[in-house]
Amino acid sequence: MILGLVADGLLAAGILALALACVATRRAFASAALFIAYGLLLALAWARLGASDVALTEASIGAGLSGVLLLGGVRRLAGLAEPSPDAETGPLLTVLIGIGCAAVALAIGAAVLLLPDPAPSLAPQVAANLATTDLGNPVTGVLMSFRALDTLLESAVVLLAVVCVWALAPEGGWGGVAGPRQPIVRDGPLALLARVLPPLGIVIAIHILWVGADAPGGKFQAAAVLAAMWLMPWMAGLAPAPRIDARWLRLVLAAGPALFILIGLGGALAEGAFLAYPPGWAKPLILAIEIVLTASIAVALALLVMGPPEPPR
Amino acid sequence: MTGTIFGLVGAALIGIGLFGMLVRRDALLRILSFNLLGGGVFLVFGAVARRGAGAGFGGDPVPQAIILTGIVVAFAATTLAVALVLRLAAAKDRA
Repeated sequence: MILGLVADGLLAAGILALALACVATRRAFASAALFIAYGLLLALAWARLGASDVALTEASIGAGLSGVLLLGGVRRLAGLAEPSPDAETGPLLTVLIGIGCAAVALAIGAAVLLLPDPAPSLAPQVAANLATTDLGNPVTGVLMSFRALDTLLESAVVLLAVVCVWALAPEGGWGGVAGPRQPIVRDGPLALLARVLPPLGIVIAIHILWVGADAPGGKFQAAAVLAAMWLMPWMAGLAPAPRIDARWLRLVLAAGPALFILIGLGGALAEGAFLAYPPGWAKPLILAIEIVLTASIAVALALLVMGPPEPPR
Repeated sequence: MTGTIFGLVGAALIGIGLFGMLVRRDALLRILSFNLLGGGVFLVFGAVARRGAGAGFGGDPVPQAIILTGIVVAFAATTLAVALVLRLAAAKDRA
C-alpha cells in the first residue's frame, strides 16, 4: 500500500516534470524527445490505474508513433530554415496566461476531488453481458460489441485522416510515393534494428492481436506495432514507401471499415439492429473484423507518419 | 487513492498543455502542447474509470474503451496538424 503510494507519487512527479520541461524548453527537438519520455511514463500511469489496454495503446501510439512523427516534423522544418515570424509572448501576458491556466487546472482538480460517491459505473452491466460475446477481455467486448459503433466511426476517422494528409500533396505530387525520400542508412543502431526487430515485432503484433479477445491487447495496439515494423526499415531506407495511387494499398485501407459495415448491415438484416451479432456468431465475426481491421489500421498509421508525397524533382 | 492522484495529475496536465498552446509560438510545440492537454483529459477520465472499478474489473471498462478510441483519434488529428504545418512551411520556403 505504502510502496504503491510512493510509486504513484514518483510517477506523478515524473510526468509533471517532463510535461513542464516539454512546454518550457526552447528547442523543438528537445521538446519532442521529452514528449516521448512523458508518453512512456504516462503508459506506466495507465498500468497503475489498472487499464492495461490503454497502457499498451499509450506506449505504442501516444509515445512511439507520435514521437517519430514529431521528431520527423522537427527535422524537416529545420531543413526548410523558416524562422518563426511571430515574436515570443511578452512576460506580462505569459504571467496572465499562467494564472488563467492554473485556475483551469485547479477547477478541474477540485472536480476530481468532488466526484460523486459511490462512483457511477457500467462495470456490472459489462460483466453481466460479456458472456454473450464469448470474449474474456471486457475492453474488447465494449469496443467490438457494446460500443461497436464508436469503433467503426474511429476506423473511419483514421481513414479520413489518411485522405486529408494525402490531400496536402503539393502540385505534381499526387499519386507519388508517400513521404520524403529516405537515404539508405548503412550502419548505426537504426540499420541494425531495422533488420533485426521486424521479424520479432510482427510475431509480437500477431500475439497482441490474438490474445486481445481474452487479455489486454487488441487490434489498435497490434496495428501500431505492425506500423512501427514497417516504418523502421522505411526510415533506414531499406523498405520503400508505397505509391499512394497503388490499388492494393487502397484496397487494404478500405477493407477493414468496409467489412465492419458489411457485418453491421448483416446484423441489421438478421437481428434487426445495425452491428448486432447473431447469437453464437459474436466471437467469429468479431475476430474476422479485428484481423482485417488490424491490417487496415496498421497501413493507415504507417501512411499517416510517412505523410503526403513530395513534389517531383 | 491511485485514481485520485492521477486524476489530479490529469488536471495539472490540462493546465500545462493549455499554457503551452497559448504561450509558445512555434506551431509544432503548440501541437505537442495540445497532446499534453489531451493526455490530461484522458487521465481525468481514467481516474473516473478507476473509481468505477467493480464486478471483478480493475476499472470501468466502458471509459477505458472510449479513452483507447480517443488516443487513436488524437494521433490521427496530430498527424494531420503536422502535415499542415510542414505544407505551410514548404509554401513559405518557396515563396
